[in-house]
Amino acid sequence: MKKTYLAAAALLLASGAALAQSKISGDVVKIGVLTDMSGLYSDIGGQGSVVAAQLAVEDFGGKVKGKKIEVVAADHQNKADVASSKVREWIDREGVDMVTDALNSAVALATAKVIAEKKKVLIDTGAASTRLTNEECTPYTIHHTYDTYALANGTGKAVVKQGGDTWFFLTADYAFGHSLEKDTSDVVKAAGGKVLGSVRHPLNASDFSSFLLQAQASKAKIIGLANAGGDTINSIKAANEFGLTKHQTLAGLLVFITDVHSLGLQATQGMYVTEGWYWDLNDDTRKWAKRFYEKTKKMPSSNHAGVYSAVTMYLKAVNATAADDGDSVMNWLRKNPETDMFGKNMVLRSDGRLIHDMYLFQVKKPSESKGPWDYYNLRHTIPGDQAFQPLSASRCPLVKGK
Amino acid sequence: MNEIFGIPAQALLGQLLLGLVNGSFYAILSLGLAVIFGLLNIVNFAHGALYMMGAYVAWLGLELFGLNYWWALLLAPLIIGLFGVLIERALLRWLYKLDHLYGLLLTFGVALVIEGTYRYFFGVSGQPYPVPDLLAGATDIGFMVLPNYRAWVVVASLAVCLATWLMIERTRLGATLRAATENPKLVQAFGINVPLLVTVTYGFGVALAAFAGVLAAPIIQVNPLMGSNLIIVVFAVVVIGGMGSILGSIFTGLALGVIEGLTKVFYPEASATVVFVIMALVLLVRPAGLFGREK
Repeated sequence: MKKTYLAAAALLLASGAALAQSKISGDVVKIGVLTDMSGLYSDIGGQGSVVAAQLAVEDFGGKVKGKKIEVVAADHQNKADVASSKVREWIDREGVDMVTDALNSAVALATAKVIAEKKKVLIDTGAASTRLTNEECTPYTIHHTYDTYALANGTGKAVVKQGGDTWFFLTADYAFGHSLEKDTSDVVKAAGGKVLGSVRHPLNASDFSSFLLQAQASKAKIIGLANAGGDTINSIKAANEFGLTKHQTLAGLLVFITDVHSLGLQATQGMYVTEGWYWDLNDDTRKWAKRFYEKTKKMPSSNHAGVYSAVTMYLKAVNATAADDGDSVMNWLRKNPETDMFGKNMVLRSDGRLIHDMYLFQVKKPSESKGPWDYYNLRHTIPGDQAFQPLSASRCPLVKGK
Repeated sequence: MNEIFGIPAQALLGQLLLGLVNGSFYAILSLGLAVIFGLLNIVNFAHGALYMMGAYVAWLGLELFGLNYWWALLLAPLIIGLFGVLIERALLRWLYKLDHLYGLLLTFGVALVIEGTYRYFFGVSGQPYPVPDLLAGATDIGFMVLPNYRAWVVVASLAVCLATWLMIERTRLGATLRAATENPKLVQAFGINVPLLVTVTYGFGVALAAFAGVLAAPIIQVNPLMGSNLIIVVFAVVVIGGMGSILGSIFTGLALGVIEGLTKVFYPEASATVVFVIMALVLLVRPAGLFGREK
């Protein structure tokens, strides 16, 4: 008789444990950092994003609700097909619960589709395209760090306000470049400026002098660089070489701190930059950047900080709901604004856009900088409700009344 | 103002000149490839990576030892040339008996290893290299403002191309080299050390790539991927000029630089593809290339 009681009690305990387990799949919370490990964006994401995710896990003590947290990483090679098959494999075979970074807009859009199909969570920190929160929005995508609208809005408005009312665009000839050019043109025109023309250059063009001469001939006050990474770097370099910067001003529309670091202040001084985060904003950012620097010997980009924040908010949701499935996590995140070292009271909108302040910086003169990585002067904090595309303009079908 | 096809003549002249600058890089890189292919029958896919290594010798020299540009221009080809000798002695010489394809695969692999290693240490954003003081600034030449350094690039690379051509066509060493290309066994029978000749030739081709790398350093960001961005176009240049043709590669390099420059004005979207369109057309009409001989 006593034995039966014991057995029954053991069975009850076991089933109770099984019930508690069932809400965290596979007894482990797995975070997938999907990034460019070796190509032109690997300084913005790459190994740094993995470190950022690990720092977030470290802050949770490596465990959430008694379950282990694991970080896995993969190189998407900037190819949408590689990304979507990797994510599928991660979810089906390795039990990954959440994907982050996913820089490069094409990769992000492909990943978002798989994630929505599998009802997991994508917190995208690296991609720029506003399509993620418009035509291609899903209930499982969060667009975290920045987007082309916010960049155009930040830099475009500020430059026109400073008197830069005639523009010529140097545009990377693919979806991202076109949309950045269009968004910025709209902002410039709305602010009373004029767009005099544009030239489309191929991705990874090694020489920009020819395109810059065309920009010079346009006599526009501002040359808007609607490109990214190495293309932006080489455009700025050639513009300095050909003396364009004496009479015209460059406006880098997607510039990361790693680009400024690579070019040096001599070539970039005075340029306006819009970013969602900078390491030298306040004590919290400085403290976190120091931890990051100790591991990587580089200062973090805004994308790295975004990955940290993305993993943190996801783990908070898992901790609060004791579940790691997409629906529970997303529901919790929609109701609970996130505060961490990236930003305060960041609200998740129904189209998937995470609303937070954006910052307009101006690159320091060499004489103002105290040393490597001391590059930005904060010119203006753009409050979250003005920084991003208004919800009323969203083309996302998930938004009520659409 | 005069206009040509709706473009002011002045602007067009400027673009032609810029095309010539880019063409100089094509010329010097394709020359190295042609020299190597001519004697070794190796399609040297590592050429882009070696060009990048040349630029990094310049940058590292400046950062670590304060070595100026002119020393870099001299030392980088020597150092990277020796590295090329090492590649030839250790790896390539085992492949001469085999099909071209093996050499291509091996050098492609070498290129990936070199690029991966540099990426690991230096990241991908690249490092800035300043224009040497002597060539800083720009000159107003009437129809455009030309940075002095770009003018130097054209002069320097044309001089090197011409010297290489003279050496191969007009000297005794060049004659031996050409003979060894035609019939290595016979040349060896005359008591000439053909394997040594082969090693030196590869080293020389590689040195040319490194020289181009140093020339490019002040213009584009020194970056582990700078070679792979350029090498495909350079291969197209070699194919158009005719594999192994010295003069062909120099001429085609310059001409394609100019054509590409003009495309950037009239239809910029096509500037990345125009070289390949021309390649396809040339291959249809003359499969051996413009200056190549059918074998």
